[in-house]
Amino acid sequence: MDTVIDELPLYWDGFTTTLALTLLSAVIALVVGTILGAFRVSPVPTLRWFGTVYVEIVRNTPLTLVFIFFVFVAPQLGWTPSGFFAPAVVALSVYTAAFVCEAVRSGINSVGLGQAEASRAIGLTFPQTLQLIVLPQAFRTVIPPLINIFIALTKNSSVAGGFFVAELFGVGKQLANAHPTDVIAVLLGVAACYLVITIPAGIFAGYVERKVAFAR
Amino acid sequence: MSSILYDAPGPRTRRRTTIYSILGALFVLGLLYLAYRQLDSRDQWDPERWQVFTDPPLGQSANDVWTSLLIDGLGATLRAAGIGAVFALAIGVLLAVLRMSGTRWVRWPVTTVIEFFRGLPVVLLMFFGVIAIGLPIFWGVVFGLVIYNSAIFAEILRAGIVSLPKGQSEASYAIGLSRWQTLFTVLLPQAVRRMLPSLVSQLVVLLKDTSLGFIIGYAELLRRIQLNTQFFGQKYWFQFFVVGAAIYITVNFTLSRVAVYLERRGTKKAAGGVAKADDAAIGGTTATGVSM
Repeated sequence: MDTVIDELPLYWDGFTTTLALTLLSAVIALVVGTILGAFRVSPVPTLRWFGTVYVEIVRNTPLTLVFIFFVFVAPQLGWTPSGFFAPAVVALSVYTAAFVCEAVRSGINSVGLGQAEASRAIGLTFPQTLQLIVLPQAFRTVIPPLINIFIALTKNSSVAGGFFVAELFGVGKQLANAHPTDVIAVLLGVAACYLVITIPAGIFAGYVERKVAFAR
Repeated sequence: MSSILYDAPGPRTRRRTTIYSILGALFVLGLLYLAYRQLDSRDQWDPERWQVFTDPPLGQSANDVWTSLLIDGLGATLRAAGIGAVFALAIGVLLAVLRMSGTRWVRWPVTTVIEFFRGLPVVLLMFFGVIAIGLPIFWGVVFGLVIYNSAIFAEILRAGIVSLPKGQSEASYAIGLSRWQTLFTVLLPQAVRRMLPSLVSQLVVLLKDTSLGFIIGYAELLRRIQLNTQFFGQKYWFQFFVVGAAIYITVNFTLSRVAVYLERRGTKKAAGGVAKADDAAIGGTTATGVSM
């Protein structure tokens, strides 16, 4: 237990690194995923196809393999970033974007067909239909799964610890090796740091889900 | 084709769509070409590099390479996933049942345990199993998979039971079945059936998560790939990566197809009477979170 208190600064570093990894990747994944989601519902077949292939490939690939690509393979292909933080962010973003894309797509598809038909029937243009009718409804459906995706992203960021980033899991490994007698306390400390993020976020997701639930 | 966002197109829209489609294709082809060029500038298409799979250097035979990848690597991956899945499902059912127990002294601790394990990274659990409990590396991997996934399976099953119409349990109580009989003979079988797509997609996640064994030193597929590149040289990373990715995608894609098939079959049946499971698998999201 003393070890955990003595090493609090290191825990704090790990915690902030995990947060930084998660937030940066979340923003990038949100942007990329939304664009891909737009591809998947667009009337243009090639874009739809592109989105589908991306999602199918990434969803069936383990995150560890994505990390291997950006950490070990990319230098062979001419991308040599300094440090391991950048490849970790890229790997997490690429992976998470596929799930964001799916959430966005199913959100848009969950809006009743009649809604868009009615709005076209009263003469709204395509941008108006999108902006006034479809997106506000899709948004409500998309938010709870998106929060869950970002919770999963927080947990997934631990993979970066296996690829030389000193985030929470990386710190845990390092401390466990340095204090072999205190392993359980050290790792419970790491677990607590993750739970501080994931459990409140989960409760918040449940709350939002109930809040935005509406009858269709 | 009609969709939520647009009507069936007329001739002018069809023409415009064709133009955009061609532009989109050019965009995608452009990206592919850039990737090709970049790889080419690093000699990645050099046939000699791909011969590592047919006629490898350093006195190895093609057979050695493929054995290390498929038998040792994929074999170890599937073994951990298979054993993990069996234990996780069994413990998941147990947790789901206890989670719905009538006694709050059972229900509350079990709920806490489920929430606790659901919120932790799998790799941390594996590491805990190996370092803190002292399990052999294989069982450490299985431990992490089982602890995390049994919590997820429990939540999926619970969501399935909750989504059943109240009449099911009322009717079985009315004919005199006990609480346990109701649960095991009436509710659980229906819940499993209803949640089959979610369960299968969680199995895909479990299979993917065996790759976390790479981080704690379990010699599964990805570790074999790394060992191969260490043996043959770093310049073969891309080739081994491509083959490894292809193996994973093939196996997982097959499993995912099974999930889609089960989902289709499920909806077709459900359309007859009972409402379909609450959007069980929309976009990979289950009632209990996200499969990723």
